[in-house]
Amino acid sequence: MQAAVRQAGAQSGRVDMTGALRDAGFTGLVAFGVLLPLIGFLTGVDGSNQLVLTTRWPLLFAVVAIVAACRFLYCFTLVPWLARRAQRPAPVATPANVWQKLRGILAKWFIPSAIGFFIAYPLIIYFAVGVGGGQKWIDNFGIQILIYVMLGWGLNIVVGLAGLLDLGYVAFYAVGAYSYALLAKTFGLSFWILLPLAGVLSSFWGILLGFPVLRLRGDYLAIVTLAFGEIIRLILINWVALTNGYAGIISIPRPTFFGIPFNADDDGFAAKFGLPFSPLYRVIFLYYLILALALLTCFVTVRLRRLPIGRAWEALREDEIACRSLGINTTNTKLTAFAMGAMFAGFAGSFFAAREAFISPESFTFIESATILAIVVLGGMGSQIGVVIAAIVMIGGTEILRELDFLKTIFGPTFDPTQYRMLLFGFAMVVIMIWRPRGLISTREPSVFLKERKAIAADLVKQGRG
Amino acid sequence: MDSGPAGFRLRPGMTGALPLRNAPVKTLTGFGKRGGRMEYFVQQLINGITLGSIYGLIAIGYTMVFGIIGMVNFAHGDVFMVSAFIALIAFLILTTWLGITSIALALFIVLIVAMVFTSLVNWVIERVAYRPLRGSFRLAPLISAIGMSIFLSNFVQVTQGPRNKSIPPMIQGEFVLFNQNNFPVTLSYKQLIIWGITAVLLLAFWYLVAKTRLGRAQRACEQDQKMAALVGVDVDRTISMTFVIAAALAAVAGTMYLMYYGVVTFSDGFVPGVKAFTAAVLGGIGSLPGAVVGGLLIGLIETFWSAYFSIDYKDVAAFSVLAITLIFLPQGLFGRPDVEKV
Repeated sequence: MQAAVRQAGAQSGRVDMTGALRDAGFTGLVAFGVLLPLIGFLTGVDGSNQLVLTTRWPLLFAVVAIVAACRFLYCFTLVPWLARRAQRPAPVATPANVWQKLRGILAKWFIPSAIGFFIAYPLIIYFAVGVGGGQKWIDNFGIQILIYVMLGWGLNIVVGLAGLLDLGYVAFYAVGAYSYALLAKTFGLSFWILLPLAGVLSSFWGILLGFPVLRLRGDYLAIVTLAFGEIIRLILINWVALTNGYAGIISIPRPTFFGIPFNADDDGFAAKFGLPFSPLYRVIFLYYLILALALLTCFVTVRLRRLPIGRAWEALREDEIACRSLGINTTNTKLTAFAMGAMFAGFAGSFFAAREAFISPESFTFIESATILAIVVLGGMGSQIGVVIAAIVMIGGTEILRELDFLKTIFGPTFDPTQYRMLLFGFAMVVIMIWRPRGLISTREPSVFLKERKAIAADLVKQGRG
Repeated sequence: MDSGPAGFRLRPGMTGALPLRNAPVKTLTGFGKRGGRMEYFVQQLINGITLGSIYGLIAIGYTMVFGIIGMVNFAHGDVFMVSAFIALIAFLILTTWLGITSIALALFIVLIVAMVFTSLVNWVIERVAYRPLRGSFRLAPLISAIGMSIFLSNFVQVTQGPRNKSIPPMIQGEFVLFNQNNFPVTLSYKQLIIWGITAVLLLAFWYLVAKTRLGRAQRACEQDQKMAALVGVDVDRTISMTFVIAAALAAVAGTMYLMYYGVVTFSDGFVPGVKAFTAAVLGGIGSLPGAVVGGLLIGLIETFWSAYFSIDYKDVAAFSVLAITLIFLPQGLFGRPDVEKV
């Protein structure tokens, strides 16, 4: 039906009113059928713990009407527009005009200005909202997004460069977090010693879990890594003697500023530097710490891509058989990719444990792995900038729902926007995939080039075949 | 099992991958204490086959979809969970509003309603989230399916609330098969109904795939979509119907799950989904008898593991089976080996 409408629009170039209406009516009918059980009826509990049903007809009809209206608008406006655009002749390549030059300048200055923005972000926030609100904006937005940027960049080594589809990445994040928490609590070691140690332990686990899956590819690899991730989480839950199970580990030591703790004592950070005590210093310190770790991840990845090992990863992604026949040791190539990716997850994990001062298996569910993979794929695989954009859109977008208190005045005081967080997250994953199946940034700089740099479209490279 | 207030506690976390609830009776009694080895074993066998039937029905959905479009339909476990909710709502309408007292009639209507609505849901999902991505880059449908899975479980959480929904037991009563050493080995009516429905459905399903025009079209599309289209098979329609049939079977599993355990919650899709996928892989993905055999095996492995070793680690056992199968026997028990071509 959709195709019919589109075709009619393309042939006449006019808007097909009846077709759009018929289509919208059909969509409404289907939406009614799909939503009838779950929106039309509400299962609740009465006084005696018995399940009772109540109906929600107004809500059901409102939602169905919205769906039908959206469909109508889509058929009425977007489809003819797309058809007209498709009919227009393709633009002829012209020599660089002003617009292209501007884009060139923009592309050149985009990365330095983005890094500059991230470095200046706490200051901007500090001057914009002051100390009180600043902590929330730096902690919930800045640090949260940067953790996912770092994890995305780490996973990008495994998925984007080596083409190994990993759905259990959160396991290494968990290994890093638990290594830091347990070693810091048991032996009282400092954050700065345990950070590299957590990375080493995680990459050890990356190699350990990488060994059995060397022969697997594609979806199979994804599912086995998912199974490994779940096994590690279930062990964290059930090995109560070591990990304290569901209850988690509390009061994990916080990182110090090269030995100076962030507290209100006389030898604390604020007192040492003659400043009034404020929890903001710790937050800003943690912000710069994760920013440095994330930039380190990016820097290492970009450099590794130029080294033989990075080229071997990309060759492996393109064609494993050709790779092997050219004498590349695929075992080592795969294991180093797993180990590198896991190492950065371990860094991020120990940072996470130090920042929260509390960890439990609940933080390392499959949904986290899915989120990180979604950030990598939605950003455009292999693209470092795409990861940043996707992390800002997906994590920042869901975090900002916490701030939308004005919606309560529209929908009533019981309306809680945060409960729609993951609903919108899942919805956005589907929509972005349909809109841009290759991710937001679908062009990529080749790592190896002969004379001039030029971007190549992502559909020219086979990504994630595993 | 989960009766009274315990059935209504909030689950920690949102995807808290809680294990598929254990069979209500006797699973936890330490063996050797009550009754002998033999009786305990037979009882676990009965429980395991029941659980395995449910897994098998879900596994068919995975294996069919993978066979025809080569995609792991990640949202299938959540479709199963949605079907259990639809069955719950249909059951409540029938018993509390319409006052139907005949359990057999109610169960029959609930099954039909759940199958119809779940099929519609899955049809829409295929249409909206997967069809635009067909022929696209390989990871796109997988990510879309993961997004759909997150969407479905949160949609149910938002619309129906995060609490467990428990209903009074629909069917009570059991046969005592034999009673030795003071340990009655029982086969409850519920279990018998699950076995019966599964067997009937599998026969019907086998007939559909082996003997009908639609089944032939499905097998053709599985072999070569382009060629099938050339000889006049409507590929789009066949794929849609595959999703509809997969959902209908998942709906039967969902209804039986609700009937057997009497409680369902929004996060119940993930773990049964992964286990059913394990079953499909174990049987050889793409192979329909393999999915059923794999389902039964996973059900038995899980039940015996809980009975003889550790109930805490039963999901670890299931996931390990998945990993071990894929590593040592990637083509599964009944699958064709995958030939690597340049």
